[in-house]
Amino acid sequence: MRVKIYVSLKRGVLDPQGKAIERSLHTLGYEEVREVRAGKYIELELDATSRDAAELRIREICDKLLANPVIEDFRYEMDAE
Amino acid sequence: MRWGVITFPGSCDDHDVFDSLKSELGQKVKMLWHKDGLVGNFDCIVLPGGFSYGDYLRCGAMARFSPILRGVVEFARSGGLVLGICNGFQILCEAGLLPGALVRNADLQFVCRAVHLRVEESDTPFTSGLKRGQILKMPVKHGEGCYYADAATLEQLRRNRQILLRYVDGKGKPTAPANPNGSVENIAGLCNEGRNVFGLMPHPEDACSKLLGSEDGAKIFTSIAAACAQKADAHV
Repeated sequence: MRVKIYVSLKRGVLDPQGKAIERSLHTLGYEEVREVRAGKYIELELDATSRDAAELRIREICDKLLANPVIEDFRYEMDAE
Repeated sequence: MRWGVITFPGSCDDHDVFDSLKSELGQKVKMLWHKDGLVGNFDCIVLPGGFSYGDYLRCGAMARFSPILRGVVEFARSGGLVLGICNGFQILCEAGLLPGALVRNADLQFVCRAVHLRVEESDTPFTSGLKRGQILKMPVKHGEGCYYADAATLEQLRRNRQILLRYVDGKGKPTAPANPNGSVENIAGLCNEGRNVFGLMPHPEDACSKLLGSEDGAKIFTSIAAACAQKADAHV
């Protein structure tokens, strides 16, 4: 199973990186850009007997290490290979 | 009393803490390696500053799973004193021993300068020798020291009087320019509900001698030592 995990800062948590990117884009002339939020993208391979089993493991992995529930949310996509 | 200072791969202030405690304050200190269990009798465990595990993923996220942390969590649960400085503060938050999280400084800059701190509470072992409203001067040096907690957590921190230090100006006012990293409510340090775990971004170990510009950091360590001595006396 190939898994793509997206970790993003929760709404309400200050994202100075996103703000800096937004300012740079405005400087470059892309003034229509709004609400830039920077996050993390993690790819991994997982051996699992079923999709449900894989999902259970991925949620656990994200809760325990990949995301900090105090400040971050996560979502994931899975492709059976 | 006996102090333990943990070295994680990437810790860089561990020897500063060791040296300040031992040479400046004449304390009994033992260095501890992150892969070992927490063996021995300690009164206070210090998680020092640095960049444990290269700050990969999030600051403190990996160190939280170091073997010694299991011992630290147990030690804290049984009432032992735990002090987390800078990266140590980040690790304590990641480990759930302290509420909230530390994120990238609001202006994205690494900040390295002396700051003024106001003591908010004195009824903890870490601040027992200080007075409420007292101003301390200590350095900060970090890129991810912006304290964040949601509204409900902040309310709880205020209700339980867990906020121990705030960034202030020279007159003791918690202004925006005095806040080096954008921390919510100028929070520089806080303790858990049990008041035996304390995390702070400023570095008391770098403010223990006149030569370094301030001896105010020593007041935190001597507070801890005095509180431990009092506890030991009470047991006799």
